[in-house]
Amino acid sequence: MNTLAFLASLLPAIGAAVTFAGGRDLRHVKFWSTAPVAAAFVLALLVALDHGTGGTSTRTYSLGTAGGFHVEIGTRVSGLAALTAVLVTGVALCVQAYSTSYLGGEPRYASYAALISLFTAAMLTVVYAADLVVLLVGWEIMGICSYFLIGHYWEKPEARGASIKAFLMTKTGDVPFLFGIISLGVQAKSFQVNAVLAAAESDTLHHPAWIASLLLCGVLGKSAQFPLHSWLPDAMAGPTPISALIHAATMVAAGIYLVALLYPVFVLAPDVLVAMAVIAAITMCGAALCALAQTDVKMILAYSTVSQLAYMLGGMAVGARSQAMYLLLVHGAFKALLFLAAGVVIHRVGSNELSAMGGLRFRMPITYGSMTIGLLALAGIPPFSGFFGKEGVLGAAYGASGEFAVPGKIVLIFGLLTAGITAAYSLRLWLSMFHGPFPDAPHEHEARVEAPQTELVPLMLLAIPAAALGLVVLFGSSFSQAIGGWYGEAGSMLGSSAVSLWPSGITTLLSLLFVAGFGGLTFLVWRRDEQADPAVALLGPAHAVLLNGFYFDAMIDRGIVRPARAAARLVAFLDANVLDAYVRGSGVGARGLGTMLRRLQTGSVQFYLTCLFLGVVIMAAVYAYVGTVS
Amino acid sequence: MHAVYPLVLGALLFAIGLYGVLARRSAIAVLMAIELLLNAVTLNLVSFGAILRDQYGMGQVFTLFIITIAAAETGLGLAIVLLLYRQRATADLGEQRELAEPVEPFETDELEYDAEAETESDEIEAGAAR
Amino acid sequence: MTHGYLSPTGLEIAFVLVGLVTLGSGLLVVTIKNLVYAALWLIVCMGSIGIEYLLLSAELLAWVQVLIYGGAIIVLFLFGLMLTRAPIGPTEELNVSNRWPAAIVGLGAAGTLVTVIVQAYQHTWFDPRDAVSLGSGQALGTQLFKYWVLPFELLSVLLLAALVGAIVLSRRGSQDTEEAEA
Repeated sequence: MNTLAFLASLLPAIGAAVTFAGGRDLRHVKFWSTAPVAAAFVLALLVALDHGTGGTSTRTYSLGTAGGFHVEIGTRVSGLAALTAVLVTGVALCVQAYSTSYLGGEPRYASYAALISLFTAAMLTVVYAADLVVLLVGWEIMGICSYFLIGHYWEKPEARGASIKAFLMTKTGDVPFLFGIISLGVQAKSFQVNAVLAAAESDTLHHPAWIASLLLCGVLGKSAQFPLHSWLPDAMAGPTPISALIHAATMVAAGIYLVALLYPVFVLAPDVLVAMAVIAAITMCGAALCALAQTDVKMILAYSTVSQLAYMLGGMAVGARSQAMYLLLVHGAFKALLFLAAGVVIHRVGSNELSAMGGLRFRMPITYGSMTIGLLALAGIPPFSGFFGKEGVLGAAYGASGEFAVPGKIVLIFGLLTAGITAAYSLRLWLSMFHGPFPDAPHEHEARVEAPQTELVPLMLLAIPAAALGLVVLFGSSFSQAIGGWYGEAGSMLGSSAVSLWPSGITTLLSLLFVAGFGGLTFLVWRRDEQADPAVALLGPAHAVLLNGFYFDAMIDRGIVRPARAAARLVAFLDANVLDAYVRGSGVGARGLGTMLRRLQTGSVQFYLTCLFLGVVIMAAVYAYVGTVS
Repeated sequence: MHAVYPLVLGALLFAIGLYGVLARRSAIAVLMAIELLLNAVTLNLVSFGAILRDQYGMGQVFTLFIITIAAAETGLGLAIVLLLYRQRATADLGEQRELAEPVEPFETDELEYDAEAETESDEIEAGAAR
Repeated sequence: MTHGYLSPTGLEIAFVLVGLVTLGSGLLVVTIKNLVYAALWLIVCMGSIGIEYLLLSAELLAWVQVLIYGGAIIVLFLFGLMLTRAPIGPTEELNVSNRWPAAIVGLGAAGTLVTVIVQAYQHTWFDPRDAVSLGSGQALGTQLFKYWVLPFELLSVLLLAALVGAIVLSRRGSQDTEEAEA
C-alpha cells in the first residue's frame, strides 16, 4: 500500500518533468498531462480501498542523521490521507481533462499542464507525508506552483500582481508555520508524524498553545482565512481550471488537512481553538456578505470558497474533525464542479460579469443542470451532499461541550447566519446566470452553444459526487472510523469514538429556516425586477463596501505596502547618497591624492634628485642608527 | 694619524658636492659639483689604501681609474650640455620642464549624486487595485 | 708615536689646514655667483686635494690629480663655459629655488656620514709613512700591470668610446648651422 501511495505521488512529478522537458508538441503534452494523473487517481483509489477502515500504515526509509535528528522519508497512509488523496487526484484529473480543450490551443499550455502535474505531486506529498519536513517541502512547492499558475496570463497586470500577492500572503503565514513545525519537531524529539502525534497524546509537549498558534498562522495563509484572505479573490485572475483545482478543492484545503492531521496538538490548546472559532466566524460571515455583492462570477465563487473553508475551520474548532473533513471532501467536489461549469459559461459568453449573462438555461442545458446541482449543494439543500456537510458542523457546534463549548456557541450563531447568506447568493447567481431576460450575447443566433465533450464530461463526473456523497452519512460511523474519530487515529490509546454524520434535529430545523428565509427574500426581490441585480436592493448602502471586500486591500495598502515602499525608497536614497557617497568619495579621494602628488612632478631634474637623495640619506641614517645602537 | 681626519674630510666634501648638484642652476656648475663628488670618493679610497695597505694596492689603483672615468665623463657631459645649449639656447637646468605633469584643477563634481530614472513597479500596484 | 688627542702630530696639523682650504674652495665652487670664478676655485680645490694625496703618501696620484684635473678637466670646463655663452660677470640667480631642500639634504648627508665614520673609526690610527713604498710610481705601476691589467685595458676602450661619443654628439649637421646663433 505504501508503495502504491509513493508511486501515486511520483507519477505526476514524472509527468511534469517530461512535459517541461518535452516542449510544445501538443499531442504529447495532452497525453503526458492527463495520463500520469489518471494513473495516480487509480492508484489513490486502490490505496483507499486497500486501507479500508484499518489503522495507519507507515513505511519510511532512513536518509541518515542530521545533527540530533534522524531524517527519514516515506509515506504514511491513514484513512484521512487516503480519502484526501482520492479527492485530490480526482479533481486534478477532471481539471487536466477539462484543460485540454479549455486551454489546449494556447501557446503556453505545456508549461501550464506541467505545473498542474507538479502541483498534484506536491499535494500528494503533503497528504501522504510521514515526516513533517517532507510535508513542508510539499507545502512550499504548492505555493510556488500556485504563484506560477495564477500568473499564467502574465501579460495582464492583474495576473502579475495577483500572483505576487498570493505568494506574499501565503508566505506571511508560512514563516510562523515553519517555526511551529520546528518547535513541534524539537519538542517531540522527531519530525515523524507518528512520533509527533504520540508526543501530543502523551502530553509531553511544552507550550502546545504556542505551537498551535504558529501552525494556525500557516493554515490561515494557505486556506485564505482572515486576515490573510484577500489573495484568494484576486487569484481569480488566473485561468478558471486553476481556480477550480487549486483555489477550491485542493491547495486551500491543505490548511484544513493539516489541522486534521495534527489535531491532537490543537486540542491541547483551548485558547487557540477559541481563536480559530472567532476567525472562522468572522471569515464565514464577511466572505458570504462579500459574495452577495460581487458582480463577477469567479469572485462570487472565490468568496464562497473562503466562506466554506471558514466553515471547515469552525468545525475543527468545535471538535468536529470528521464532519469538517467530510465537508472538505464534498466541498472539493461541488466547488470544482461550480468553477468548471462557470468556466464553460464564461468561455461561451465571453465575459466574467453577471450582467452579460442571463437566460442561458435553454442554450446550455447540461451546464445548467450540473451547475444547478452544484449550487444546491453549496446552499445546503437536502438531499445534496453539501447539506449533510454543513449540518454535521452545525450539529457538532450545538452539542459541543468542555473546552469546545465557547467555540461551539460562536460557530453555531455565525454558521446559521452564513447558511442563510450562502443560500441568498447561490440563488442570486443561479437566477442571474440562467434565468431572467437574455442580454446581448455573441452567440445569440445559435440555438444551443454547448461546450465540447472534454469539458462536459468532467462536469458530469463531478456532479455525481456533489449530488450523491450525501449517501455517505448512512455509513457515518465507518467514515469517521476511517478518518479516525476526533481524537487520534483509529487504534490509538484513547480509542476512536465513532461519530455519526447524521444531522441532529434542532440545528437542521434552524438552518433550513434561515436558508428558506434568506433565499425567499432574494427570490422576491429578484421577481420585482428581473433585470436588476437583487443584491443592490438587498444590501442597500452596504453594497459598495461589500463590493470592495470591506476595503481590506486598501487597508493593507495603507498599512503595509506604503510604509514598505517608503522604507524601500529611504534605503535606496541612503544607498545612493550615503553608501555610494563613500564609494564615489573613494574615487574622488584617489583623484585628489593623485592631483596632490602630481605637483611633485615639477619637471625639474634637480628636484627629483633632491627627493631621491633625501630618501637615501634618511634610509642611511636609520640603518646606521639601528646598526650601531642595537 | 687618526683615521678620522681624511675620512671626515671626504664626507664633508661629498656633502658639499651633493649640495652643488642639487642647487646649482647652470648645467656646467652641476658638472663641476659632480667633480667634487668624485674627488671626495677618491680621497676616501686613497686614505683607506693608506690605512689598510693591502697587497693589491686597491685604493690608489681605483683612484686612477676614477680619475680617468671622470675625465671621460666630463668630456661627454660637456658635449651634452653643448647640445642642450644649441637646442634651447640656454644651459639653464631650472628652465627645462618638459617632463612636468600638467596640474589640473581638482573638481569634486563626482561627489554629487545624479538622480537616475527611478523605475516604479506599477505591476504590483495594479494587482492590489481591487 | 703618540696617540694622544691633545697633541696631534705635525702631519695631522698639516692635513687639517689643507683640508680647510679644500672645504673652503669647494664651498665657493658651489655657491659663488660667477661661473668662471667657480671654475677657477675648482682648480684650487683640486690642487689642495692633490696635496692631501701627498700627505697620504700617494705621490703618483697627487701628480696625476693635478695634471688631469687641473690641466685638462678645468680647461674643458672653461671651454664649455665659453661655448655656451655663459655670462662672464656675476649673474643674479645662479642657484635654483631648490636650494633649501638641497641644503637640508647636504647637511643630512654630512651629518650621517660623519657620525658613522666617527663612530666606526674613532679608535683607528695609522701612519701614512708606512705606505710610502706603495705610493711610488714603480709600486703603483707594478700593481697596475700585475693585478689590474684587464680593467686598465677596458678603460682605454672606454676612453675611446667617450671620445667618439663626444665627437658624434657635438657634431653640427648641415641644418644646424643657421640656428644656435642666439
